[in-house]
Amino acid sequence: MNAPVHHQTLVTPAHPKALASGQFKVTARDVDVYYGEKQAIKDLSIDIPDRSVSAFIGPSGCGKSTFLRCINRMNDTIPTCRVTGDIKVDGNDIYDPNIDVVQLRAKVGMVFQKPNPFPKSIYENVAYGPRIHGLATNKTELDEIVEKSLRKAGLWEEVKDRLQHPGTGLSGGQQQRLCIARAIAVNPEVILMDEPCSALDPIATARIEELIDELRQNYCIVIVTHSMQQAARVSQLTAFFHLGTLVEYGDTDEMFTAPQEKRTQDYITGRFG
Amino acid sequence: MFVWTVLLIVLMAVIAYWAGRTHAAGLVTAGGARLHSLPSYHGLFTAAGAMIGGLALAIAGALVFGAQSFFTPVAAVLGAAIGAAPLYARSSLDFRARNNFERIVLVLLIACSGVAILTTIGIVFSVLFETLVFFRSVSPIEFLFGTHWSPTGTPASFGFIPLLAGTLLITVIAIAVAGPLGLFSAIFMAEYASPRLRTFLKPVLEILAGIPTVVLGFFAALTVAPLIRGSGEAMGFSVASESALAAGLVMGMMIVPLISSLSDDIINAVPQTLRDGSYAMGATKSETIKKVVLPAALPGIVSAFMLAISRAVGETMIVVMAAGLAANLTANPLAAVTTITVQIATLLVGDQEFDSPKTLSAFALGFVLFFFTLVLNYIALRIVQKYREQYD
Amino acid sequence: MTEVRNELVKKRYAAERRFKFYGAAALTLTALFLAALLVDVIIKGIPAFHETSVEIDVKVDPADVDPANLPGGNYDKMIKEAFRAEFPEVTGRAEKKALTGLLSTGGADSLRSMVTADPSIIGKTVTVPVLLGDDADLFLKGLLTEQKTVPGKATLHIARLEGEEGFVLTGDTTGEAAEKQLGLTPGDIVRFKGGAVRVTGVQNGYLKADPVLPPDPSVSMLDAGQWDVVSFSVPEANRRINDNQALWLDQLKSEGRVKNSFSWRFFEAGDSREPELAGIRGALIGSLLTVLVALSLALPLGIAAAVYLEEFAPKNKWTDLIEVNINNLAAVPSIIFGLLGLAVFLNFFGLPRSAPLVGGLVLALLVLPTIIIASRAALKAVPPSITEAALGVGASKQQAVFQHVLPLALPGIMTGTILGLARAFGETAPLLMIGMVAFIADIPQGFTSAATVLPVQVFLWSDLPEMAFKAKTAAAIIVLLVVLFALNAVAIYLRKRFERRW
Repeated sequence: MNAPVHHQTLVTPAHPKALASGQFKVTARDVDVYYGEKQAIKDLSIDIPDRSVSAFIGPSGCGKSTFLRCINRMNDTIPTCRVTGDIKVDGNDIYDPNIDVVQLRAKVGMVFQKPNPFPKSIYENVAYGPRIHGLATNKTELDEIVEKSLRKAGLWEEVKDRLQHPGTGLSGGQQQRLCIARAIAVNPEVILMDEPCSALDPIATARIEELIDELRQNYCIVIVTHSMQQAARVSQLTAFFHLGTLVEYGDTDEMFTAPQEKRTQDYITGRFG
Repeated sequence: MFVWTVLLIVLMAVIAYWAGRTHAAGLVTAGGARLHSLPSYHGLFTAAGAMIGGLALAIAGALVFGAQSFFTPVAAVLGAAIGAAPLYARSSLDFRARNNFERIVLVLLIACSGVAILTTIGIVFSVLFETLVFFRSVSPIEFLFGTHWSPTGTPASFGFIPLLAGTLLITVIAIAVAGPLGLFSAIFMAEYASPRLRTFLKPVLEILAGIPTVVLGFFAALTVAPLIRGSGEAMGFSVASESALAAGLVMGMMIVPLISSLSDDIINAVPQTLRDGSYAMGATKSETIKKVVLPAALPGIVSAFMLAISRAVGETMIVVMAAGLAANLTANPLAAVTTITVQIATLLVGDQEFDSPKTLSAFALGFVLFFFTLVLNYIALRIVQKYREQYD
Repeated sequence: MTEVRNELVKKRYAAERRFKFYGAAALTLTALFLAALLVDVIIKGIPAFHETSVEIDVKVDPADVDPANLPGGNYDKMIKEAFRAEFPEVTGRAEKKALTGLLSTGGADSLRSMVTADPSIIGKTVTVPVLLGDDADLFLKGLLTEQKTVPGKATLHIARLEGEEGFVLTGDTTGEAAEKQLGLTPGDIVRFKGGAVRVTGVQNGYLKADPVLPPDPSVSMLDAGQWDVVSFSVPEANRRINDNQALWLDQLKSEGRVKNSFSWRFFEAGDSREPELAGIRGALIGSLLTVLVALSLALPLGIAAAVYLEEFAPKNKWTDLIEVNINNLAAVPSIIFGLLGLAVFLNFFGLPRSAPLVGGLVLALLVLPTIIIASRAALKAVPPSITEAALGVGASKQQAVFQHVLPLALPGIMTGTILGLARAFGETAPLLMIGMVAFIADIPQGFTSAATVLPVQVFLWSDLPEMAFKAKTAAAIIVLLVVLFALNAVAIYLRKRFERRW
């Protein structure tokens, strides 16, 4: 574990489409994250393009989830957690004291490792977000949002007849798609997914991966995954994290075929992890 | 007037809510910018202003004009209007009504959790203050070391030792009963009882724990005491009709569920690996319990006993009904003794004169009782906490 | 070697059995104690749920009732006169007093309500059930003394002693001791149609006797079966009903005029100095008001404090202090809270004594720690993924807590609250300090009127010398326990119904 301290100021993906757009959705500069005394992320900088899927990979405890949770400030819920440096979404510093974290999270939605629907009806699960953000002025509009979100999440056909049934009664894969629908319902621009398939069987996983690929058309998606195959399947860009640092970020195909860093190579070929 | 004032403030708050909400909703123009916060939060924020302003001026009004005055509700309405108006005016598209309202709620929550602190302060000050007044007429030395207690005698004497002795006598009897019973019950429940037996036995202990002490006092005074007196005299002992034994026995039974449930928790918290280690060496169940489980659980059991002692010392109704009033300095469980709590209750029931040492002495006794139990509880809870951390 | 081993193993198994036996014995003893307590209370209390009254034919005398003031009529006099008229042979002042003493001082109430309800009965004769006094009631329930009635086996001769008050009793055969022939011992009462005498002693083969109910002078001989021997297990001097009264009651009973009915009065009346009139309504209402105040304060305060400590409080010295405080307060003796109430609420704030308002305040502080601890446990049981889910769609922390976590924790909070409520309902000691022990006959009208509560009523009654109050005490305890068991049952139901496994 005596890897050289890896200083890098910026990792920019060599993805032609992103470069062409010239516009990055999420940018981070010199980010350090501490849990109490322990530093979880060291000096991280990254630019994530819009309308693409970026996968964060790396061994357990490498800081990929920690960084993901920084992007919508979910780390605020951990009292000992401290974040320094710059993280910008659409050019706005999200750690600026004037930023309302609630509005940030409406813009940067999140899907969690284990499906966590509210113990309420399917309809209420999706309608909750629009309601607290005042996105619908009447019932019809709310119904529309719910239907649209469930359609986008590919769940509508399965649940349209039982919207009032409890969300917790769905299967694991359906629950996770419900959580995705719930995230979409508040019109986010970025969707963070923290190992969204780790609790699911292969068929449900495949269904979610398809969904992620469809959502790419409209959202900036960042997904943390343990499975390199999954990263290869769903993402256009891959970031490799190790010991709290971002080792390499680039085009997924390149990353898996010709990584620039030795550590990436070692991880991908299964020498550690 | 009180009811009117409260109703008026609530009414004003409702109006303010409605006004704030409508105002905010009206700011949104079709296709234009959105509000930062939902209109209802603008309403709530304005209503909170009305509440605070109304309450403040109502209290001020009550102080100035008197609580029954006609002006108090008027002041409340005025205050509500004054409180709500600036908040109403503040609402705009970017105004963070939700954040501001949530800040008010948080302050309210903090205030509520402060009530526990206030209660402790209230207790300390109420007993401390009267105790200090008491010590102006009776010296602390006499109180703490005197061996004669007779607050209504002439001259009155306030020696606390007989009460302490009586309290300890009854406590010792109670713990002598509750200790073995509670501990063995807990061991049986945790280690031997089948789940089915547990579902039957647990309610027995829970029902016993839930029986009001006044009921136990009735049982002690009218059933147990005559029984003890009868059988004692049949054996040739002289038994006081209000013997320490009767009160102590029943109090012991009262404490059994406390010791048993605390010890049960503690024994269950001992990791199974410790037991497995012992069984693997060919130890029997009882040997494992005696040599491995109980030593590991010892700190917790000690703290259970401390909490039980604190409970016994502070118990009032059983001793008021079943123990006597005579402040005898004796170790004979068949004699009548009195306790600290009995004396507090007796001195304060009926006429209270806050200028006489008789009434004030009850507060001095309360002071002693409070600090004695506080220290016991504190140490016991500390031990439990340490113990839990050890196995968590 | 193996012998020794076997010996040792046997010993070890014996120790094992002994140890297990101790545990079972401890639990058995505890269960027996609980059973003894409950059975004792039930046996003592059941009689108090019934009351006895005697039916008397009363002429409602227009002279004693003012039609303009119906409740103010002199019904007591009418009842007493009608009752005396039933026993024309009772003439002495003391006897008359003993006779009317059987009736309750509240015995005229039923007549009063009958007349008030229907004034047309004035001037008519009506049959009125008149409540008996506590001693008569206890006697008829067999609680004062055991009564044994045996029919006489031989012929009895009865003669008045010349120039004396007494009588002599003899059998058929002269020369044989009369007590043997008749089977009588001193203290026994001989009852026959038209009178009763009490055997006082033996003299020269005769039995001497005193009149209890003056006998008909015409009676001089009674055949076997025409007379009864009545004996009481408790001698007359040790009971509160004398032989005369006992025989009168016996007579009324044999005429079928004694009615035993369920005592609604016990639930409808306030406290009274007369045991047969005393009820628990005042105490029940007082308890209700007090617990209502306690609940409406402790529940919001407790939930708010728990929500803050569990969901919002930063980990620091201040919150540590609050935690330690709450845990300690939960174990502070309840009587200390009484001192607090006395010093702070009564002396400092000048709130009224004996009021449910103050009682409720004190009990609220008393159960607050319990509610906070239970609520925190319930909040903690809601998994953090729920909060995260809400935060993830952009809810604020408060929205997440109040819209998701708190509703899910509510059943648990309610269970804890009901148990706290049960504790408040059974609490006595602190309420003694704030004057809720006064004798209060009226039903409390509001939060500031003088009141007492059920457990304090139990305490007050248990202290009274009248035997009838012992039964009332036990009956009040039964009501108290029924309420507590009901509360616990609701708590258990809530826990079972809404229990959620995450």
